[in-house]
Amino acid sequence: MSVSTAVQPIRVPAEEPAGTAMRAWPLFDPLLILAALGLVACSLVTLHGATRTAVPGSPLYYVERQAIYAGIGLLVAIVLWRVDYSRLRGYRLGLYGAMIALNIAVFGMPAIRGSHRWIPLPFLQLQSSEFGKILLIASLGAFAVDRSRRLHEWRTTARLMLLALVPALIVIPQPDLGTGMVYVSVGFATLFFAGTSWKQLITLFAMFAASVALVLAVAPAMGVHVLKPYQVQRLTGFLHPSRDPQSQTYNILQSEIAIGSGQKTGRGVARASQTNLHFLPENQTDFIFAVVGETYGFAGAALVLSLYALLIWRTLRILTMAKNLYGTLIAGGVVAMLMFQVFVNTGMTIGIMPITGVPLPLMSYGGSSVLVTFIAIGLLQSIYVQARTSAAAKGRMIK
Amino acid sequence: MNRLPDDKRLQFVPQEERPPLTPQLALRVAVVGTVALAMFAIIFFRLWFLQVLSGDQYLAQAHGNRARSIDIPAARGQILDRSGTVLVDSKAVPAVVVSPPDLPVLLTTALIPHPPQQDAALYDRLAGVLGISTKRSRCPVAGNGVVHLSPIGCAIAQHFALLPYADVTVKANVSKYVQYYLQERQDEFPGVHVEQVWLRKYPLGGLAAQLFGTVGPVTAQELKEPRFRGVSQSAIVGQSGLEWGYDRYLRGEDGAENVQVDALGRFEGNLTETPPVAGRSLKLSLDTRLQKVGQQALQTSIDDNPPANAGAFVAMNPDTGEVYAMGSLPTFDPNIFTRPVSEAAYRQLNNPASNYPLINRATQSAGPTGSTFKPITATAALESGVWSTDETYDDSGEFCIGAQCRHNAGGAAYGVLDLLNAIRVSSDTFFYNLGALTNADPATHPGGGALQQWAHAYGIGRTTGVDLGGEVAGNLPSPRWRAHIDRLEAQCEHTRHVASCGIADGRPWSVGDNVNLAVGQGDVQVTPLQLAVAYAAIANGGTIVRPHTGLEIDAPDGRLLRRIDPPPARHLNINPDYLDTIRAGLRAAASQPGGTSYDVFGNFPEEVYGKTGTAQYNGQQDYAWYVCFVPDWATRTPILVVVHVEQGGFGAVAAAPVAREILSQWFFGNPGNFVAGASKTL
Repeated sequence: MSVSTAVQPIRVPAEEPAGTAMRAWPLFDPLLILAALGLVACSLVTLHGATRTAVPGSPLYYVERQAIYAGIGLLVAIVLWRVDYSRLRGYRLGLYGAMIALNIAVFGMPAIRGSHRWIPLPFLQLQSSEFGKILLIASLGAFAVDRSRRLHEWRTTARLMLLALVPALIVIPQPDLGTGMVYVSVGFATLFFAGTSWKQLITLFAMFAASVALVLAVAPAMGVHVLKPYQVQRLTGFLHPSRDPQSQTYNILQSEIAIGSGQKTGRGVARASQTNLHFLPENQTDFIFAVVGETYGFAGAALVLSLYALLIWRTLRILTMAKNLYGTLIAGGVVAMLMFQVFVNTGMTIGIMPITGVPLPLMSYGGSSVLVTFIAIGLLQSIYVQARTSAAAKGRMIK
Repeated sequence: MNRLPDDKRLQFVPQEERPPLTPQLALRVAVVGTVALAMFAIIFFRLWFLQVLSGDQYLAQAHGNRARSIDIPAARGQILDRSGTVLVDSKAVPAVVVSPPDLPVLLTTALIPHPPQQDAALYDRLAGVLGISTKRSRCPVAGNGVVHLSPIGCAIAQHFALLPYADVTVKANVSKYVQYYLQERQDEFPGVHVEQVWLRKYPLGGLAAQLFGTVGPVTAQELKEPRFRGVSQSAIVGQSGLEWGYDRYLRGEDGAENVQVDALGRFEGNLTETPPVAGRSLKLSLDTRLQKVGQQALQTSIDDNPPANAGAFVAMNPDTGEVYAMGSLPTFDPNIFTRPVSEAAYRQLNNPASNYPLINRATQSAGPTGSTFKPITATAALESGVWSTDETYDDSGEFCIGAQCRHNAGGAAYGVLDLLNAIRVSSDTFFYNLGALTNADPATHPGGGALQQWAHAYGIGRTTGVDLGGEVAGNLPSPRWRAHIDRLEAQCEHTRHVASCGIADGRPWSVGDNVNLAVGQGDVQVTPLQLAVAYAAIANGGTIVRPHTGLEIDAPDGRLLRRIDPPPARHLNINPDYLDTIRAGLRAAASQPGGTSYDVFGNFPEEVYGKTGTAQYNGQQDYAWYVCFVPDWATRTPILVVVHVEQGGFGAVAAAPVAREILSQWFFGNPGNFVAGASKTL
């Protein structure tokens, strides 16, 4: 213990930590990965209950696939956190271009249930808009860093926002309104954490609110339908639930019944009638939180929410640690994506948010969503590792 | 090409010197952290509200979601005559029913005038299968006025407006093929299923049709009444007549099958099943053969005495009030109500030209009784002391009050008469005199004098309490009543600004009113059953019986569960000597030369006590009445018969022969000949 780390500073390679003091820190954030794996475990348990009869003869159909996606995702994340995320800055045009290309490509693919959202691959129905999220976060952050000295300018704000709006306007007609709104949130968060002035942020927000009002209320009144009628109904329906089984708000009613009937400790897998008898729509994807609520009650829902709180807390912490602005902006984009998806999805199932088909990260069944979330976690770990390494290199301790 | 190396360089060069956390970033992270915390708090509170505070309600809703209770209708009890002949039967038939909550688009009250496209298409598909028209026509819906819907849409809308969750029977008695067709195509006909329903069947057609009444789906109002407590929403209950009066015995208890369904309403398994309990049988005191003879004889009389067009009769035990027969003509075949009644058939039944066959004229139609009222007048005069049994009156054929004179029918003058003979010949002037004598001063006796008091005691102007719904009370004229209608007339004239409303002529009570009442003419309104109860008191010594058609409640296997034997309404204290005199007059009228029904009953082998009556109507042929009884001291099977023939003319001509055939059937098992009398007395 006589060796002082302050004496020999400056050039300690990250790969070869010198001295026992370095070994005391794991080279990744254990709480972040714990939260993610905990959510994967919750997802597998819940999916098993909800889908055990969905595919006759193979009760583990969904569980196996979700586990495989999560395993692949974890491997991808581990690879990513060993790479310096800062390298991605150089590929910003490629990343952005790939995102646009992927999202346009789906329109050439066969429609599934009336939607153009997927590119069929041998092992995965690749959902372009999901991968678009992380591509947008990485590229938009890089663009913001490029202009970091001119962030106070309106031009910069407008350009960055436009870069987020373009893909949003591409995914909304797929139709995927929820992801479009995630893109907008990511754009907003990038500006927010990059340091755009409050005045500009508030102006942007006001413009956004005005355009929502225009799309939902003013334009339809004038006979211009920007959104499909069902999308408008989904967005406003939570304000006035109905008994019509065909309507989206009926789903919300059933979701509330499912969650409410779970009471404190849940009804258990066998007795969860709302799930088992399909009163809950899409119970393995968009409404999986309602399955948790019905099957495991307040206790189960609280556990899942706590894991999300942990995830978001760690993400915000990594955001503050980042060695450079780019790291901050990637973490900021990820935190916006996570918060938007968690609050909108759970809020929807309990009837306090509009219906927008966003998946619940790591809980909802779906390979693209799981992979993308793990990629985000890999990037976060990379930011963490780089921050540690660079701090160590600078001889600073970061609490 | 200059920029690229610039950028490339950036990633290898250590980042700009920036502190790990600027105050600006710290603030913004804090803002985001606060937002996240607030959102988590909101979600936790909402979850707490849903799961912990309202969990019970949501659990109940979840149960209600998955469980569907399918009613298993109970067989309705039979209605039998006194010897066990089935009068009203229950028949199980397959019926197509629609369950509104399971329709493709859920019906709401707002959608009633314009059913959703998918539902309307379903109705039309179903109509095609069932052979029902799809034409839109006028359809009155409670709370929605008149809308235009197809017959099936109309039936569903009408039921939905009353009971939103009750099944609607679209067509009963469908063929097996329809049943199979629908059951094999459940996907094409969501919300439509075939169920067994019970239909009423009337093996004897129009016999005593007005007594049974109708059955129908329970209404929303009825469900709130205590008598229908525990009845399911789709239950069929009695709506009128005996079906209403004895509903709680007849209806049984519907069973229920609780099944589990998924979100699409597909069957997922049984939960519990409660078997239905069949309704109990109602045995009536009615004698089918007597009923048949009565209706036939009444029909003969109507046919023989134009312009007679309607009538009623009651045959009853004068001691117990058991009704042996009760008929009303014209009648109808109640079987038509078990099928959906076409509007034309319904209109025909309610058309004045058909003379209202649905009305039970024995209890629901009241009018002046003519001379059959005289024994009541006699009781009042004797009991009040204004007349005595041996007092005589010289019938000159004319009775004058001031300058206004009334005469006997046909200008007859019977000479010196005592009460007994006055009843025998049915002298009007004699009873005009009693009417004048029993009149009281309206100022001191607004309720009238002895005549009103005794008529009221006999049950005139009040219901008998018979176990058939819808009985009318009739009217007993008195000074108070006249003052009341005069007041109504004055009010009506005042509010409507017309010269006369036709309710009353505005004159006060006069002795002429009492004189009219004494002979059963004018404003008095009596039903045949009320008259039967009054005469039963004369026959049995003063007991006002409570007439009843129900005799026993039996288990479906015939075991006696309950005897129906209502206690008498009251007992009148009438001097036995007076009753003897009145009876002697009635006996003489039917058995001695000069008696009003002597030519009908003079040779009848039983001891018949009878009185004719002929009620006068302005602008119409007279209404014939006849009342007779064979009392318990003359036979072991006492019976009392009242016959009323509307526009049949004189009582002896149109009514008495019907009574004779009923008595003949009762005592000898055959109706014998139709013996018309000739007496032209009122």
